[in-house]
Amino acid sequence: MTTVAVAETAESTALHGFWTRSRKAGVALAVLGIGVLLIGWFGVPMGAEAGVRFNLTFPDLAVALPAKQMVLGMGAVCAAVGVLLFATERKLFMLWVGIGITAMTLGLLLWSISGPGAVLQIDTVLKGTVLLALPLIFGSLSGVLCERSGVINVGIEGQFLAGAFTGALAATVTGNPFVGILAACIAGSLVTFVLAALAVRYMVDQVVLGVVLNLLVLGLTGFLFDRIMKENESATNLAQPFPAWKIPILSDIPGIGPALFNQNLFVYLAMVLVPLIYVMVFHSRWGLRTRAVGEHPAAADTVGIKVNSLRFRNVLIAGLVSGLGGAFLTIGQSLAFSENMTAGKGFIALAVLIVGRWNPIGALFGALLFGFTMQVEQFLASVPGGSPVPSDFLRMLPYLVTIVAVAGLIGRVRAPAADGKPYIKS
Amino acid sequence: MANDHIDLTVEPGEIHALLGENGAGKSTLMNMLYGLLTPDGGEIAISYPERGEDEETIHRFETPGDALSAGLGMVHQHFMLVPVFTVAENVMLGREKTSGIGLLDRRRARTAVREVSEQYGLYVDPDALIEDIPVGVQQRVEIIKALISDCELLILDEPTAVLTPQEIDELLEIMRQLREDGKSIVFISHKLKEVKAIADRITVIRHGRVVGEATPEASESELASLMVGRDVRLTVEKDASQPGEPALTINDLTVADDRGFHAVDGLDLTVHAGEIVGVAGVQGNGQTELAEAIMALAPTLGGTIHIGGSELAHAGTSRIIEAGVGYIPEDRSFDGLVKEFSIEENLILNRYNKPPYASMGMLNAVEISRSAEEHIKTFDVRTPSAQTPAGSLSGGNQQKVIVAREFSRPLKLLVAAQPTRGVDVGAMEFIHSRIVAERDSGAGVLLISSELDEVLSLSDRVVVMYDGKIVAEVTPDTPRDQIGRLMAGATADATETDQPDGDQQEEATGD
Amino acid sequence: MTDADKPGRAPDDDTLDDDLDDETQADEPEVQAADAEAKQIEEERRRGFGATFIGYVTTANTVMVTVYSFLLSMVIGGVLVIVSDPEVRGTFGYFFSRPTDALSASWEAVSGVYTGLFSGAILNFDTLDRYFADDATLAQVLAPLSETLTYSSALILAGLAVGLAFRAGLFNIGAQGQVIMGVVGAGVVGFALGLPLWLHLPLAILAGGVAGFLFGAVPGALKAWTGAHEVITSIMLNYVALYALGWILTSEFVRDPDKTHAISKEVADTATLPRLSEFELFTGLRVNLGILVAIAVAVGVWWLLSKSTLGYRMRAVGLNANASKTAGMSVSSTYITTMGLAGGLAGLAGAVTVLGIHPYALTHHVAGEIGFDGITVALLGRAKPGGIVAAGLLFGAMRAGASTMQSVIPLDMVTLLQALIVIFIAAPALVKAMLHLKVPTGGLATSTAKGW
Repeated sequence: MTTVAVAETAESTALHGFWTRSRKAGVALAVLGIGVLLIGWFGVPMGAEAGVRFNLTFPDLAVALPAKQMVLGMGAVCAAVGVLLFATERKLFMLWVGIGITAMTLGLLLWSISGPGAVLQIDTVLKGTVLLALPLIFGSLSGVLCERSGVINVGIEGQFLAGAFTGALAATVTGNPFVGILAACIAGSLVTFVLAALAVRYMVDQVVLGVVLNLLVLGLTGFLFDRIMKENESATNLAQPFPAWKIPILSDIPGIGPALFNQNLFVYLAMVLVPLIYVMVFHSRWGLRTRAVGEHPAAADTVGIKVNSLRFRNVLIAGLVSGLGGAFLTIGQSLAFSENMTAGKGFIALAVLIVGRWNPIGALFGALLFGFTMQVEQFLASVPGGSPVPSDFLRMLPYLVTIVAVAGLIGRVRAPAADGKPYIKS
Repeated sequence: MANDHIDLTVEPGEIHALLGENGAGKSTLMNMLYGLLTPDGGEIAISYPERGEDEETIHRFETPGDALSAGLGMVHQHFMLVPVFTVAENVMLGREKTSGIGLLDRRRARTAVREVSEQYGLYVDPDALIEDIPVGVQQRVEIIKALISDCELLILDEPTAVLTPQEIDELLEIMRQLREDGKSIVFISHKLKEVKAIADRITVIRHGRVVGEATPEASESELASLMVGRDVRLTVEKDASQPGEPALTINDLTVADDRGFHAVDGLDLTVHAGEIVGVAGVQGNGQTELAEAIMALAPTLGGTIHIGGSELAHAGTSRIIEAGVGYIPEDRSFDGLVKEFSIEENLILNRYNKPPYASMGMLNAVEISRSAEEHIKTFDVRTPSAQTPAGSLSGGNQQKVIVAREFSRPLKLLVAAQPTRGVDVGAMEFIHSRIVAERDSGAGVLLISSELDEVLSLSDRVVVMYDGKIVAEVTPDTPRDQIGRLMAGATADATETDQPDGDQQEEATGD
Repeated sequence: MTDADKPGRAPDDDTLDDDLDDETQADEPEVQAADAEAKQIEEERRRGFGATFIGYVTTANTVMVTVYSFLLSMVIGGVLVIVSDPEVRGTFGYFFSRPTDALSASWEAVSGVYTGLFSGAILNFDTLDRYFADDATLAQVLAPLSETLTYSSALILAGLAVGLAFRAGLFNIGAQGQVIMGVVGAGVVGFALGLPLWLHLPLAILAGGVAGFLFGAVPGALKAWTGAHEVITSIMLNYVALYALGWILTSEFVRDPDKTHAISKEVADTATLPRLSEFELFTGLRVNLGILVAIAVAVGVWWLLSKSTLGYRMRAVGLNANASKTAGMSVSSTYITTMGLAGGLAGLAGAVTVLGIHPYALTHHVAGEIGFDGITVALLGRAKPGGIVAAGLLFGAMRAGASTMQSVIPLDMVTLLQALIVIFIAAPALVKAMLHLKVPTGGLATSTAKGW
């Protein structure tokens, strides 16, 4: 990605003329906020109620919010943030944008449930958000490991697919889902082995390579699915239940309880991996070296760090993590493997990585944002009486959000300086 | 072959200068010594008398790690620092200490940096980000990096190239102190005065061979003739200039660099038709941004640029080129040539869509070939054919292709940035004579060069640029030490009285 | 040989050395390459044809790397066929007692697949025999070739879409979405208007191109204006296009009211591409004018790239955007124009699909994987129009073979083979190392690696 560090001071006005990042975001939010206000004014009948329920934790407690007032209020908040950002430069820019977008989303959500009989099941929505975000989290963590050390991983999609296929196969054949998970990790790592070998050793263009690897895995899994799985589903590709582990007390917290503490192994793994990788990348010896290799490999070389072997190792580890994401798609969701079942999740994970600025924590929030968008889409599609927007447009939403996030409001992001550049000793 | 059977002995507690022209093979030698390049033959013997090891050990460094553990430290010409890391992080990289649970012990790294910096007077803030600190301080970080790993032999590869004269003084002082501490230093340079001022012994290399050894007492001309192997005196034949109307007028120009700093800051400059104005200055004082702003390649924050009386900055680069502005960019492989393109294609790079090379969106292959042959002849580009990729030519011939492209149309203004960087003497003389010819045919020339010699011998007027401003205007026969001080930021008045250690300053400005 | 190139080339290039150390070192072999080349030509003249030929095939030059990539991929594909066939695997269980069983079973499985591919794509010898026995028509003999050409036309156009962008330094991974938009544009004009053939057909094709152009220009504009990488944005736009198609198929204006499943109204006869089967002799053949359109467009792209100023600008920007900018070219507008034109080419691929192949209507799957296949076509064709035509024909043949022989070969085998071939092409050093080939003069042709 183009590297442009934007000085976030008054100078940025001078640098970019009138249309600073803050002003652009301000205008966008103000327009969106006014849109929500208009919807609230004309689209929501006076006295309509928006039902909200913690359906899993407190099924008896139902709140009916005055829909019109709430929608108008949320629209006003969004518009106000927009005006604020337009008028002044704020220090916590991202936070303000976050508030504005959240207000807008909540406003739209309330509008969609303002019809009679529609109830927002908060627990279910949050749980769904986490589950939809999960593969994105694993995928983008894999990306962090690769790209922090200077290897672009466009092949996350392929690693997912390899993990999903191998996981389903191994779990069914052995009857043990944990063997399946292990096999999935190894499969993911095998794909990244090819990536590492060709990118690090043979210096192939990594973006092209990643795309072609995706095709290769797509073809390979499709071929093997056809030849091995199709005729003998029960012995090779069976959907098996994968138990959720309920953590007492914590799982009863309204809202986040069922989403975070009554889930299966994968959610807990993600909860461990995100902070672990964060700490490792930024506070361990390995992390310091990894980042040095991704930013300035020659400097790392001169202090005795073996650049290419570190890259190789990291890319292999990254394969384990994205393989895990693949295992979630079959084993973790108790689904059988089907051809091309990843449906672009690997690419969204890549976008999450960029939006999250190559940082595990950022990637986590990015993944949750995308998970939420997808969940809202699914929720709206299931609202009784149909949603006000065609479902195909709702399905575009996560992809459009990705484009907007990568292209615009967030500002330009800075990839590790040596990302995608093979290190050749002179 | 960059290095051919070189023998070099460095004694403990000695500053050994390795003197040679650019490209003589100094850096290659040191990179081999440091394990970055693998030699085809020969050996490296190291002993540590002060550690009680008189026995020489024979080394063959495969990696820098081997060299590090043998007690070698190197300050590379291009700093080996990670820009987004702090000073402490850079210093600890490769020899990280960790706390109990395996996390980085940053506090210890900071303390270590402070200790070394106090011991040798190398003051740096351990928590500053490298990308935020000046080049001179970055160099100190590099030295700290080497010292902290207990190096006994420190290699400094052209350390003064990017420093101001004051910073050079400080560096030489640091080197003396290190010598007193018993460290050995290999000081690589092509600047005679610095070498004479600091070295205990001098080895001169040329074309990858040792051509002589000398002591600092040797005269400069002696060293110089050893170094270049012949007497080269840069002279350019030219008549007195006849300045006409202003070809370029810059008022209060401000340009930001990539990071938002004001690289050019309220600059005023006028170049008349028929004169060569040379810009002298230490690299990185805004010269690059100035040239880019004139060509509308960098956005300006304020001020005006008039070319031949009209303001064209907003019209874009192609309009400026069309208005008769020629531009020799400072780094030909970055933005001067398309290396994969043939010479023919490179010769039309900025007029590919103009007659006679094209009409109605179609390239005129016949005319392109014909004029390419002509330009290759006129500008003496030595190439097998016009279809040869430009990247396969030597540096001097690549530069001639650019010159041919820019000079083969009538120019009102020529902006020449480092026009002879990395070219051989023959090509340099040729390019200089063509620049003078352009002047004589009525073009205004803005010459930006970090080679003070080139500026002084070619220019009709010399302006000195420091920290984004023109700080003085002098005649080309002004003493070099005076210009040197101006380049270091001294004001014109102060130069008359304040003259410390003029020798080093003068040379320092040369690169 | 120039003075400066001689070994003692004095301060010349070298004054730069200390400043730009790596650059000069990179230069050095190139300078000597010209020398070495002359020597080799001289040497070749002295040797006989046989030795020259062996020298050629044992060198990792562009042609041989392509050939070996193809062969290596076939070998790997063969191994997969053996491994994935339960019966063949069974014979390996008693390999040491009766190795011939395993070997003959393997041979049968592999040769079955590849002869199947061949007879489905080029010529079926059974049909040929029956033709000579007057049991089959000429059309039946030509059917495999007809299928190959039918599949190839869209692949060539999609390959051009990706290849053109490559030349300007852009990776158009969004060809799939652009193909979908092309299908929509051509399809809608095809069924919604009632015009005479001479006007309707070109208009429908053009509509496909324009729709692709507009959709393709978006990632170009995003890159030019915001710096967003075209790979990410164009992948996302693929999905946007897919769902947009889904939505379009639900609209009353488009949807065929007589059908229960999601399919649009059929394209009018005046807008379909004329088929060869309109001649009686060739009844039943699907091949249509699309292949001629594809080849004509390939010639056009060749002209654009090598003869026009726009093509010159695209190539310059693709090779060195900084130098292009310094020479006064607008890099932004080049990105937008190139991506637009690339999208237009992909749109044409969509148009020849919907106007040339049954059911002549929009469905969810009408665009297949054409856009993604275009990536492999462009890579195999090395982003050159001629190469792309050849690569499109090859991959089209593989598609055709696999489609006709679905009983023996899963379609995914073709995707697999395509990906393998392209991986080997992209890593000539790997092919060289695997087969112990010699390094050609001028070094290996590698794709240049770039960052984000």
